[in-house]
Amino acid sequence: MSTSRPNTFRALLKEFYEAPYRGAIARAKRDEDDLFMLFVYAELLGIPNPATYYTLELQPILLERFHEWHTRMGLEHSPLDHFRCC
Amino acid sequence: MRQQAFRGILRLEIFEGEHTMNAVVLAITGLVAIFAGYRFYSKFIAEQIYQLDPDFETPSHSMRDDIDYVPTNKFVLWGHHFTAVAGAAPIIGPGIAVIWGWLPAFIWVIVGTIFFAGVHDFGAIWASVRNKAQSVGYLTGEVVSHRARTLFMIVVFFLLLMVNAVFAVSIAAAHVETPSSVIPVWSAVFVAMVIGVLLYKVRVGIMWPTIIGTVILYAVIGLGEVFPIELPAMIFGLPPQAQWILLLFFYAAVASMLPVWLLLQPRDYINGIQLFVGLGLLYGAVLISSPTIVAPAINSNVPASAPPIFPLLFVTIACGAISGFHGLVSSGTTSKQLDKEPDARQVGYLGSVGEGALALIAIIAVSAGFASFGEWEAAYSDYDNFNAIAAFVQGGATIASNGLGLSFTFAATLLTVMAILFAGTTMDAGVRLQRYIIQEWGTIYDIPILNNSYVATGLAVSACLLLAFGATPPGAPLGTGGMAIWPLFGTTNQLLAGLTLLVISTILVKLGRPSRYTLTPMIFVTTMALASALIGLRNYFNNGQYVLLAIDIAIIICAIFVMLEASSALMRERRAAQTPAIGK
Repeated sequence: MSTSRPNTFRALLKEFYEAPYRGAIARAKRDEDDLFMLFVYAELLGIPNPATYYTLELQPILLERFHEWHTRMGLEHSPLDHFRCC
Repeated sequence: MRQQAFRGILRLEIFEGEHTMNAVVLAITGLVAIFAGYRFYSKFIAEQIYQLDPDFETPSHSMRDDIDYVPTNKFVLWGHHFTAVAGAAPIIGPGIAVIWGWLPAFIWVIVGTIFFAGVHDFGAIWASVRNKAQSVGYLTGEVVSHRARTLFMIVVFFLLLMVNAVFAVSIAAAHVETPSSVIPVWSAVFVAMVIGVLLYKVRVGIMWPTIIGTVILYAVIGLGEVFPIELPAMIFGLPPQAQWILLLFFYAAVASMLPVWLLLQPRDYINGIQLFVGLGLLYGAVLISSPTIVAPAINSNVPASAPPIFPLLFVTIACGAISGFHGLVSSGTTSKQLDKEPDARQVGYLGSVGEGALALIAIIAVSAGFASFGEWEAAYSDYDNFNAIAAFVQGGATIASNGLGLSFTFAATLLTVMAILFAGTTMDAGVRLQRYIIQEWGTIYDIPILNNSYVATGLAVSACLLLAFGATPPGAPLGTGGMAIWPLFGTTNQLLAGLTLLVISTILVKLGRPSRYTLTPMIFVTTMALASALIGLRNYFNNGQYVLLAIDIAIIICAIFVMLEASSALMRERRAAQTPAIGK
């Protein structure tokens, strides 16, 4: 109980710091992630990618995010012929 | 005969300069009034008009995504709503307005905070929360008309343009006036970046960077006194004022493009801490030193260059009485983080009360911080070249040094740094917002080049520079005379406030609730804004300030259309509300 007030104050201060820009930071991170998704699936979309050797093994891991990603990029349907998420 | 003599003495004592009123009386009266407004008037508005419902599921819950829509503790939310809206305007506006005497400024701040700003900010949050946390701009399109929404976006852009320009001019003037402020102000940028890196990248706890950063911030004030920095008298034909304006916009452009965690976020945070420390210091100093008000209650010797008190008082003091800018903040981020609907009263109305308190202390600083009426009158002898931040700093520093035992130079530098940091963070955010608007225009009108961050930022900064330098009267050094923008800024701000109150009023009419508590302030501020804009036309034309004249004309057109849209929307809603009764 005697340590809860400083912890509460610290938590409130942290929230005071983070809350106003939480959205902007999350959107900036999402933009970086979207670019990374493009790198990973570039070859499948017909865009040459010299780093394919390294990104190939990430494709099955990131497949869960693919539908959300292509929707956000403005592609109504999946651009991949062999993978129809929608 | 005795009564006549008494009245004569009272008139002489109060109204003609030799004043014996104590600033503590003003401070306590003002604070009691605005807190009473929160205690009673906001409760009435919350229960009878907005009818807040503790069981209503706010968008922070119904649309929660832990990014934009996150329920937030009401004290934290109040903290960053208050620090977001409180900038340099509640200092500059009252600082200028005391030229007409302290009494009109005091009355407008108190009445405005209770019946105008409180209702406006509170209502903007409520209206947004009840409509999926949509912005006031979006609601204007839904509730009034799409034309009104277009006007809203135009007015917002002009407002951002003006706030950036006028704050750049104010900061530049403050640096020229107080060279000891340069090192502390620019050190704050460095301190902010270090805090940003420590908290975001290194992931240290919040307390130590906060404490150490704040201590460093105040410690470098002493360094600023030892190493004051003055720019050269002339570089490429530019005087120091113009050089500072260019440097400031260069900084704002760079700052707006950096990742927010690196500069904007920690700078806002430091700003918030500065605000609370500054308010505490100033009110504490007033209570301890009990200075005497030397400014006249009503100035009977207003400089010839000053505009008439009516209607200019009501646009000179915007923030601190009512400000449309607050509606953008209320419906932009605050409404998305409101945990329970009743929290809107504390966050919105009490946020206005906080800003009223800041405006009040600014009035006290410029009314009681001079040694004598003669000294006050000398400071307020010229409206056109008046520096409100300098007046606030001089008055506030005198009070702070008498009350807290600080050296005058240290106190003056501290207050200058505080005012500049407030203005600076508004500029950072303002340029960033302008860039977003320009990029959005690029998307809407299919102009790809506008989507480029560098192009959009360059356009935003260029427009602000054009205004800041365009306000220079013919023959004057470049970069001076920028405070002529202030009434226009206030006019635009009040017009935006009128639009927000119109949206709230229309929603209330739709719900069948009394709208006079929002409609009356709306009609008042819009009328004052229009009247001020019309007076400005003559002044800008006579002074050869054609850039300001062009913007003024645009604002007048917007104001007229707003009033026409307002009448149309309200008549429409009233008819719709009456239709079932007619059918019976």
